[in-house]
Amino acid sequence: MMAAQSGSAHRLRHFLTTEDLSGGAIGEILDTAESFISVGEREIKKVPLLRGKTIVNLFFESSTRTRTTFEIAGKRLSADIININTSVSATQKGESLLDTVRNLEAMHTDLFVIRHPLSGAADLVARSVPPHVHVVNAGDGRHAHPTQGLLDMFTIRRYKGDFRQLTVAIVGDVLHSRVARSQIHALTALGTKEVRVVGPRSLLPAAVETLGVRAHTDMATGLSGADVIIMLRLQFERMSGALIPSAHEYFDLYGLTRERLALADKDAIVMHPGPMNRGLEIASDVADGPQSVILPQVTNGIAVRMAILARLAGASAGEGRAS
Amino acid sequence: MIDVEEALARVIDGARAFGERKPLLIGIHTGGVWVAERVHEGLGLDEPLGTLDISFYRDDFSRVGIHPQVKTSHLPVPLDGRHIILVDDVLHTGRTIRAAMNEIFDFARPASIALAVLIVRDGRELPVQPDIAGATISLKPWQHVKLTGPDPLGIRITEKGE
Repeated sequence: MMAAQSGSAHRLRHFLTTEDLSGGAIGEILDTAESFISVGEREIKKVPLLRGKTIVNLFFESSTRTRTTFEIAGKRLSADIININTSVSATQKGESLLDTVRNLEAMHTDLFVIRHPLSGAADLVARSVPPHVHVVNAGDGRHAHPTQGLLDMFTIRRYKGDFRQLTVAIVGDVLHSRVARSQIHALTALGTKEVRVVGPRSLLPAAVETLGVRAHTDMATGLSGADVIIMLRLQFERMSGALIPSAHEYFDLYGLTRERLALADKDAIVMHPGPMNRGLEIASDVADGPQSVILPQVTNGIAVRMAILARLAGASAGEGRAS
Repeated sequence: MIDVEEALARVIDGARAFGERKPLLIGIHTGGVWVAERVHEGLGLDEPLGTLDISFYRDDFSRVGIHPQVKTSHLPVPLDGRHIILVDDVLHTGRTIRAAMNEIFDFARPASIALAVLIVRDGRELPVQPDIAGATISLKPWQHVKLTGPDPLGIRITEKGE
């Protein structure tokens, strides 16, 4: 069971998963993100909302995009950001996760952004911190990567509009993908017409259909008429056995090429949470092609993370709004 | 009771006196934009109107959190060296104006800022006074005055909790 994300009604205290978020709650976060887009287009790309707050990016797994966009998001909100990577931290000396967090808390940290290879790590921290401290899950094992899930929803909404009209195909290594799980929960909550997962059986979770998606092992049927194609990275580092025959064969069967993209709707967008394996799950001419929104996803990540940080930090106390 | 059209006419007259400085109008969301639109129309200005949403600059953020539907601040022309007329519907505590000025200075350094408001009420908490005022009203601390609109504009006085 996950710790409750919300403190009191309608107020998020932590941001750990997209699982228990309603379509309305997601919509509100996306609306807030929309208003932060303009801040990135200003001469002075900064607003004073989180002035005086301290955010610690606590990363026990490597990351470029997520850590950097969280850092930029925090800085554009005027917070102070400390980055801690596992390679230089005391956990290397055997300090436990909670001890590390307690020590950082003692330095008056207001918000933790945590990435950890173990599922449930951010949740564990959220249960242990005092009430005024907030926790954001930036990826925990195979479980969830909710800010990525929401930035993908934001990107889809900006390009394609109403989810109730859309067919979304999530393609590739769904089994190891915390991104896919967060996307599926969010897409379902937003009332998406059809959500498909496409890939070899060995890379689709058992009973994935119970999440409300349709499973396809054939790219032709999986992509047919899709409005949104989300390609996932093959996560070799999380594979314990030989789940795919060879990289070459995988690309032949499941790589997104121009020919396969033509099976989708002609206005379909192509997404990828990064980092991409070019020539493995996606062809370079598709990744760089006119239907690709892979780089806008990165830009949108800043506004969405600003929205989440601002909503958490603004929820510390208080009732109602004064005019 | 305040006559909205009379108050508006007074604000437009007051703004007209700033004419030779070629002022740039900036309205504060939401009511201030409605007033600014009417003043803009009344003065027949060519340049588009600027709009500000001060949600990211509020001083009560840590108490009340962020409003989910923040509007976008939109300043269509460069502000550097310009004379600005900042327009709001009601001047009460002065905190909104403080926030709006902070936001303007994050965009540029204007030559001057004048404040135009449709309704001035008591209860100032900061040293902010209007340069142009449509009407003045005295209210009890638990009363609120609110501009309704945009078409037609109206004024509603409510009791707290109502």
